[in-house]
Order: sequence, then structure tokens, then C-alpha cells
Amino acid sequence: MLTLEPRRRSSTLLQALTPVLAVLATMVAGGILFAALGKNPVEAIRIIFVDPFFDPFSRSELLVKAAPLALIAIGLSFGFRAGIWNIGAEGQFIIGALCAGATALAFWGTEGTWLLPLMALAGMIGGFLWGMIPALLKIRFGANEILVSLMLVYVAELLLSALVSGPLRDPDGFNFPESRRFHDSATLPIILQNTRAHIGILVALALGPLAYAILHKHVFGYHVKLLGTAPRAAAFAGVNTKLMIAACLGLSGALAGLAGTFEAAGPVGQLVPSLPVGYGFTAIIVAFLGRLDPLGILAASLVMALTYIGGETAQFTLQIPAAAISVFQGMLLFFLLGFEVLTRFRIRRVTRATS
Amino acid sequence: MMKRRTLLAGAALAVALSTNPVLADGHEPLKVGFIYVGPVGDFGWSYEHDQGRQALEAHFGDKVETTYLESIPEGPDAERAIRQLAQSGHDLIFTTSFGYMNPTMKVAQQFPDVKFEHATGYQRAENVSTYSGRFYEGRTVLGHIAGKMTESNIVGYIGSFPIPEVVRGINAAYLAAAKVNPDVEFKIVWANTWFDPAKEGDAAKQLIDQGADVILQHTDSPAAMTIAEENGIYAFGQASDMMQFGPNSRLSSIIDNWAPYYIERVQAVMDGTWESTDTWAGIGEGMTKIGEFKNMPEDLAAEAGALRDAIGAGEIHPFTGPINKQDGSPWLAEGETADDATLLGMNFYVEGITGDLPN
Repeated sequence: MLTLEPRRRSSTLLQALTPVLAVLATMVAGGILFAALGKNPVEAIRIIFVDPFFDPFSRSELLVKAAPLALIAIGLSFGFRAGIWNIGAEGQFIIGALCAGATALAFWGTEGTWLLPLMALAGMIGGFLWGMIPALLKIRFGANEILVSLMLVYVAELLLSALVSGPLRDPDGFNFPESRRFHDSATLPIILQNTRAHIGILVALALGPLAYAILHKHVFGYHVKLLGTAPRAAAFAGVNTKLMIAACLGLSGALAGLAGTFEAAGPVGQLVPSLPVGYGFTAIIVAFLGRLDPLGILAASLVMALTYIGGETAQFTLQIPAAAISVFQGMLLFFLLGFEVLTRFRIRRVTRATS
Repeated sequence: MMKRRTLLAGAALAVALSTNPVLADGHEPLKVGFIYVGPVGDFGWSYEHDQGRQALEAHFGDKVETTYLESIPEGPDAERAIRQLAQSGHDLIFTTSFGYMNPTMKVAQQFPDVKFEHATGYQRAENVSTYSGRFYEGRTVLGHIAGKMTESNIVGYIGSFPIPEVVRGINAAYLAAAKVNPDVEFKIVWANTWFDPAKEGDAAKQLIDQGADVILQHTDSPAAMTIAEENGIYAFGQASDMMQFGPNSRLSSIIDNWAPYYIERVQAVMDGTWESTDTWAGIGEGMTKIGEFKNMPEDLAAEAGALRDAIGAGEIHPFTGPINKQDGSPWLAEGETADDATLLGMNFYVEGITGDLPN
């Protein structure tokens, strides 16, 4: 019989290497999967992990895909470190997009550089307030934030659907459930010509170091870490747990809302029911792949984006089925969690004592 | 590697010989790309589009090269997928779901030399055509059968999204059912998805619980058909025949037949005669087909066949007055038929359908 036994000391080097090992293991196991499908595994892995870097458009798309993941994951990392589990970033993302989009539509046709900042503000407030619902329910009634935030994702999805089928519907759109296309002042400036790379990417990039500083240098970051590792010591040190719950859920909500704003005002350019594609959920994987560290998350978001962009390329150059690509992405999380366990625990063979 | 070298050498040769109007390698195959919203194995909507793609290969042989991307969500990712096809040298790209409309328009603007065909949309450009089937004609035939076959007088209907396309189908089916069975009642469940076998199956169970003994669907998988078979009630194939999923319960089906259209459009590109067009073809043109009539009395099969042929010949229009809207206000006067613009923007139920249209 095998059993898991906690390691007395887990090597920091090993812990830092975990994500790298997980990616390598995914490549090997994925290669076996692709070979079983009759595809050349080396070519498939090359197309997924290497080729996107050599095509200018794919490079820009990597950034387009990575930016929302990074924004959301950075926000989530604070809560996850403190043991506050916001699983509903997807919902906060949707509400952010909705608030920003409604702002854009309210000022439809009005030109002005003030509109985008206003939309961003609306999106962040929307995400923040949506995050406050599980926060307040947890503070006041002790409700489980995992369940409440997750359930609110479905509420947000239906709300988006209802609003674009009703009040926010394009009046000239044959009653199809989608809003008008945003006008130029409500659309994000493009930073690389002829691509979809928008200014939100720079925001995500700047947020990494800022969040890193807050996490490691600021007292807020210290409280977050203390609350996560030693809740009782935190209480003793005067950390206000209730305030921390609100701060962590509010922060992650606001950042998810900002990501939603960028998505609506950037690549999509309007409000549609298909706007959310699961960034809020994928960001949870990204947060852990980046070891809950803002700089690590920036790198992890690129790796995750790579599996999407490269996966699509592999789909049409090698005709690898879409489902195989999803399995491939699932493997990444599986190996990540697996190695994570092995750095903290060791496997020991137990021989049952006979009496 | 060897192959690439020979290719390069060939290209150099072609450049060297470019004074000669005839290329050394003859014609390049025409590259045709497809974007599907579901997996090719959905046995419904995407499956039939892929049948059309395979028909292209069979018809043109090595004169065409086809590529497809499956399970591409309608949304921000679609633009990248369409663009990847455009960028990799495809000459003609079929984007086969409504939600690809805006991404198709955006990519088409950036690739003026590539031709695009968008299914079920309404926006066109110099290099963007639209095409769709008049599936509502098929709904009339199915509605007629449903009205006759139901014993509980409750017909279940699984809707995907409350867009005009779907609402039109519900209205057409209801009008036909109510004509042959004034007591018929439609129960409508919205699955809010095109393809999700679990949700579609749940919707079917919910309808059965509400007493439905015939089910129509506007979603892409055969899940509801399987549930119908298990529960001993009737259902219809959607987009594809789905016979194998309900040998005892499948009455008939609406089959999307894209192959002739795809062949025609590819031929047009080859001939240099391709133009931006708006195609909305039904039973008469063969784009909408009605599957074989099964599991029903012979006289009903004959009636349904006659109805199908009359619609195909243009003798019967599925929306012929007098028809009132759900709130009782008049829509079509006696003998008047609906115009395409109203049908394309249809956002109301006809009189007799209960429940509210999600709005």
C-alpha cells in the first residue's frame, strides 16, 4: 500500500520548478496523446509551443489572450493567498463588461477621450460590487464564498443575456440579441497596427510589478500572507479578518471587471451573450501556475495563452480534434497539482503490520 | 526538409519561367476553409456542414484543398480563427454560425482578396456573401405531423436562442400543428445553447414531465432524440436525419443540404464569377430537405409528403393569413403572405402560443 507523508522540509528550488516540470510533463503526455491520434508528436508540440512566437499575428494574439488572464489571476492571487476563494471571477468579468458596455452605449456617438476611462471605472465598480455580494454574505452570515461567487456567475451570464436581448439590444439588428458596435471613442486604442493588441495589455503588464510590490513590500500584502499561513496569529497581530475578506473579494472583482471592460471595448467591440469565454475560470489555473506570484502569473498567462493559440493552429494544420486540445490543457492542471502534492508530500510504501 | 527544398526550387523555377503565362505546375488547388461552432461529430448542424465540405473534396478532387476548425466559440476567439484561415492562404472561407457575423465582417475588411460566406447572418460586403436555408418550410411539415401524432395534445419544443430564426421555426410549426389539431398546445423550453447534449437532454426530460409526447428541437445534438426513444415518445431529426438515434421514435427530419451550394460557390470562385450574394433557399431549391417519414400511419406520410411538395413548388406559403400575433393584433390578412423582411426580424409569437418570448 502507498501513502502520502508530509515532507519535513520541502525544497524551495523544487517548488519553484514545479510549474516548469508540469509544462514539460504535459508536453510528453500530450505528445503521447497526439501520437495515439496518428499525428507527429514532435511537430504537434512544436506547433503549439514554438510556432506562435514566430508569427507576428500569433504573437499579438498571445498578448490579447494573456492580458485578461493575467489581470484576473493577479486579482485572485491575493485572495487565494489569504485563503479567500473567489471562484466567481467569471461573473465579475461579465458584470464589468456589462457596466462598461452600458456606459459606452449610453454615450453612443459622443466623442471624447474621457469615455474610455469612464468605462474602465464603471467596469471596475461593477466587478467590485459583484464581488461584494459573496464578501458581505460571508462577513455577515458566514456564507461560503466559493458557492456564492460561483453561483453568481450564472446570474451574471443570464443578466447579460437578458440585457442584450432587451434594453441594450441593437435597434437596427433584426432583434438579434446583441448591442450596437461601440463607436471609436469607446473602443480601445490598438498598440500594434493591424492586430488586435490593445492598450489593456500594457495595463496588465504594468500591474504585474505593482502587485508584486504590494504583495511583498506593503503591509496589505503582509496581512494577506499572514492570514493565509497563520490565521490565528493574524488575528493576534490585529489583522481585521472581515476587512480582508472584503478587500480581497473587492480587489479581485474590480480587476476581473477591468478585464471584462477591456474585452468588451477591445477584441469584441460590443456586448454579445457569447462575450464570456471562461477567462474567469481559466485564470484560476493561471494563478496557481504562476504560484500566486504576480510576476509568475504574467509568465503563466502567456503559457496558458500559448496552449490556446497553438492549439488552434494545431487544429487546422494537423487536423487535431478540438477535444484533444482541451484534454491537453486539462493535463497541464493535472500535472501542476500532482507535482505540487509531491513537493509537499512524499510517497511511502506501507507494509501492513501483521499481529 | 527535402520536400521544402524541392518546393523552393520549384518556386524559383516558376519565377524564372514567369515570362511564360502557363505555370509549370498547372493550377494551384483552391483552398477552402470552414469554421464550425460545434464538433464535426455533433450529428447535427456542424456535421452537415462538414458533409458539405467532404462533398467538395469528392466533387473537385485535387482541384480543392479544404481545411476546417471545429468547436470555435462564437465570440472573441472566432475572429482569430477566421483570420488564421485567411492568413494561411485560403481563397474562400465559410463561417457557419450566426455568431461569426461581426468577426467575419472584420476579417473580410482586412483581407479584401479572400472571399467569405457567412451562414444565417444579414451583413454583407463586397467579399462577404450570406446564405441560409428556409428551414421554417420544413417546420411546417414537421408541425403538421406533430399536430396529427400527439395524443396528449402537448408538443414540446426545445429552443436554442430566442433569435428570429428560431422564433420563425416555432411559429411555422405551431401554425401547421394548430391547423390540423385546434387543441394542440406548445411547451417551449430555452436551452440557451446550440450544442450541449446534457442541457438538451434535460430540456427533453422537462418537456416529457410536462406531458409532451412529441418533441421538436432547434438545437444541434441528437440528445433529445435519444431521450424520446427511451421514453417511447416521438421526435424529429434536426439539421441531420438522426435516424440511428431513434429508430422507433423519429418521425421525420429537417436535413440541411449544403453540398450543392458549396459546390456552386467554389465553382464560381474557380471561374472568376463569384459575387457577393444573399441566398435564402428552401425545399424547392433543395437546400432544406425533409427526411423519410417513419413510425406514422401511411395516410399521414402521404399528406406530409404532399405538403412538402406543395411548399417546394411554391403553392403553399407557411405564413399565409389570416394570422394574428400572440396579443391578438392582426398580422396578416386573409390570403396575405409574409414578406422576407418581417420573417428575418421575427420577434413575436403568433396567436395561440402560450408563454412569453424571452425578451
